[in-house]
Amino acid sequence: MRPVYMVSGGVSKFEKARPDATFQKMVKESFDYAMNDVPRLKRHMIDGSVVSYFSDHFTRQLMAGIMATDYLGLCPKPNKRVEGGGATGGLCFQAAWEAVASGRMNVCAAYGFETMSHVPTWKGNEFIALASDVNFDYPVGGFYSGYYAMMVNRHMHEFGTTVEQLAMVSVKNHMNAYFNPYAQKRRKLTIADVRDSEMVAYPLTLLDICVMSDGAATCLLADEETAFRLTDRPVRITGVGTGTDMMRMSDRPHGEVILAPNEKKSDYRKLKYPGVHSFRAGRSAGLQAYRMAGITDPIREIDFVELHDAYTSSEIQTYEDLALCKYGGGGKFVEEGHPFMPQIDYGLKLKKRGTIPVNPSGGLIACGHPVGATGLMQAVFAFWQIQGSIRKHYGDGELQLAKANRGLIHSHAGTGTYVTVSILERGW
Amino acid sequence: MAKKNPTKLASASTRVEELMTGTTVFNVPLPQDLKRLKTMSPIVIKHPYLVEYIHSYGQDSPFFAGLSNGKLLGTRCRKCNYTYATPRLACVTCGRETEWVELPQEGRVHTFTTCYFGSEEFLKETPFHLVLVEFDGVDTLFLSRLLGPERPEDIRIGMKVKARFRRNSQLKPTDVYFVPGE
Ligand SMILES: [Zn+2]
Repeated sequence: MRPVYMVSGGVSKFEKARPDATFQKMVKESFDYAMNDVPRLKRHMIDGSVVSYFSDHFTRQLMAGIMATDYLGLCPKPNKRVEGGGATGGLCFQAAWEAVASGRMNVCAAYGFETMSHVPTWKGNEFIALASDVNFDYPVGGFYSGYYAMMVNRHMHEFGTTVEQLAMVSVKNHMNAYFNPYAQKRRKLTIADVRDSEMVAYPLTLLDICVMSDGAATCLLADEETAFRLTDRPVRITGVGTGTDMMRMSDRPHGEVILAPNEKKSDYRKLKYPGVHSFRAGRSAGLQAYRMAGITDPIREIDFVELHDAYTSSEIQTYEDLALCKYGGGGKFVEEGHPFMPQIDYGLKLKKRGTIPVNPSGGLIACGHPVGATGLMQAVFAFWQIQGSIRKHYGDGELQLAKANRGLIHSHAGTGTYVTVSILERGW
Repeated sequence: MAKKNPTKLASASTRVEELMTGTTVFNVPLPQDLKRLKTMSPIVIKHPYLVEYIHSYGQDSPFFAGLSNGKLLGTRCRKCNYTYATPRLACVTCGRETEWVELPQEGRVHTFTTCYFGSEEFLKETPFHLVLVEFDGVDTLFLSRLLGPERPEDIRIGMKVKARFRRNSQLKPTDVYFVPGE
C-alpha cells in the first residue's frame, strides 16, 4: 500500500430542496469547486472515480452513478457506485483511498449526492425505513427515529444519560453551524428550545434529529508524488477502518466490550456489549483506523472529530465507540464541555470546553444529511480545517481551530450496521 | 391610552394546508429570446410509482405460520446452545443450521419508545409504542408493538409483558403484539 493524500474538496450547499438542479448538476457544482481549488489538476489527470448515493427510491433512476460520471466528462474511465446506507459517503471516500493506495490510480475522484426532496418527508422516512429488515422490523412500524430512540432509552437506563445532555449536542452543533455558510440550519438554541420542540420518538425531539436534504460533495485523492505536485498543503489519510453489525438491532449480542488501547477489562465488569446501547461497528472501525494511524490515546492524539450525528444520541454513543471517553461516559463528556469549540459562546456553563471539538462544522444535525454526500462533506470540512483554509472557504474564520493537525471523520449507517472511520493528517 | 385592537392578527404559522394535488397543464410559456432560458423556473411534475411485489418469506415462513396459530417461534443452535428470538436458520457464531423452537409468551421490556411520527405507511397509527422484548432463556431480543399504556411515562424498562395474537392473521410480524403482564 502506498500513501494517499486528499488534495481538494467541494460541497454544493445543502438545501431542503434544489428544484433548480438535477443530481448531475449538484455533483458538478461540488466537483467544479474542488477542481478550481487545485488549478494544477487537469481533468485528464483523473484516472477514475467512485460515486455514492444511498437510495434508488429517492432518485427513481437506477444507475444514476454513471449519469453523474458522464455529466462530469469522466467517461470512459473506471467508475463504480458504492452504497451502504448512511455510511455511503464514508465508504465512497475509502473506496477512492483503496484505488490510490493499491496503485490502480494516481488520482481518483469520489463524489456523492442525494435528492431527498423528491418525496414528502414522511414518504422519505418510509424509504429510509426500508433500510431495516422488511420481513421482521419494517412492518412493525419502521421508523429510524424510533429505532434510535429505543437505543438511547437503553443507554439512559444503563448509564444514566439525560435528555439535557442530548440537547447540549443539538445546541453545540446548531451554534457551530451558525458560522458555516454551507449549513442548512444555522440557529442559536437553548436546551429548553430543544426539549420544548415537537416530540418525534420519545425522548427524541425534532431538534435532536437531522433533516433531509438535497446536496452533493466531492473529494479528490492522489498518490504522494502527484499530491505534492498539485498543492503545497495536501492532507494525508493515515488510517481507515470499516465496521459492521447485524441489521436487526434485536439480534445484536450481549457479550464483552471490544477494548480500546486505553481501556482495561476491569472498566466494564458488568456491561453487556454491545446490546442496543452501543455501536460495535463504530468501535471496530475506530480501532482499525487507530491501529493503522498509530493512535493509542485518541483524545490526546486527535485534534478534532467530524462524526455522524444523525441523532444527538448517536453523537453521544459515538464518543464512547471512538474511545474519546469510556462506555457510559458520553453524557458527562458533553455536559463537561469537552466536544465544544473553545472560541464560541454557547450560552452554557462548561467546565472543560474544547478538549476535542466534535462537529466543528455543525454536523448532520445542522448541515443536513443528503445521505450519499454526507460522509464526503465531512471529509471536505475536515480537509479545510487541517489546511487552515476555513476562512477562505466559509468566508468566516470563526470555526478555524488553532490546532488542527489531525482529524477524524466518521460515517454511520442505520443503527450502526456500517461504520467507517478515517484519519486525516497535515501532510506537509 | 389607545385601546388595543381586539381582532387577533394572523401569526407567522397561519397558513393554508399544502396539498400534493396539482393542476393539469398543457403548455408552459417560453420566452422569444432563448438567452433568457437559464433564468426560467424549474418544471416540477408528479410521478406516481405503485408496485405489487410477490414477496416470499422463504426459510423464515414457519415463523409467520406460528403467529397465525398463536405461537411465537424462534430458532436455536444446538452446538452453541444459543436461542434466537427473531428466527434465523443459520447460526451466526458457528454457521450451522438452527432448529425451530417455541418461545415463551411472557417477557420483559428491554427498551422502548413512543413514535409520534412515522413512515407514511404508519403515520395514521401514531402515536404507537415500539418495544424490544427480552425472554428468559433466549439470547436475542424481539421487536414488537406494546399496547395498553397510554404515555411513554407509563412504560418501564424491565416491566413484564405478555404476547397477544391477532385472531385474523395477516401473516405479518404485527400478528403478535404485547400488553403489560400481570
Ligand atoms: Zn452455533
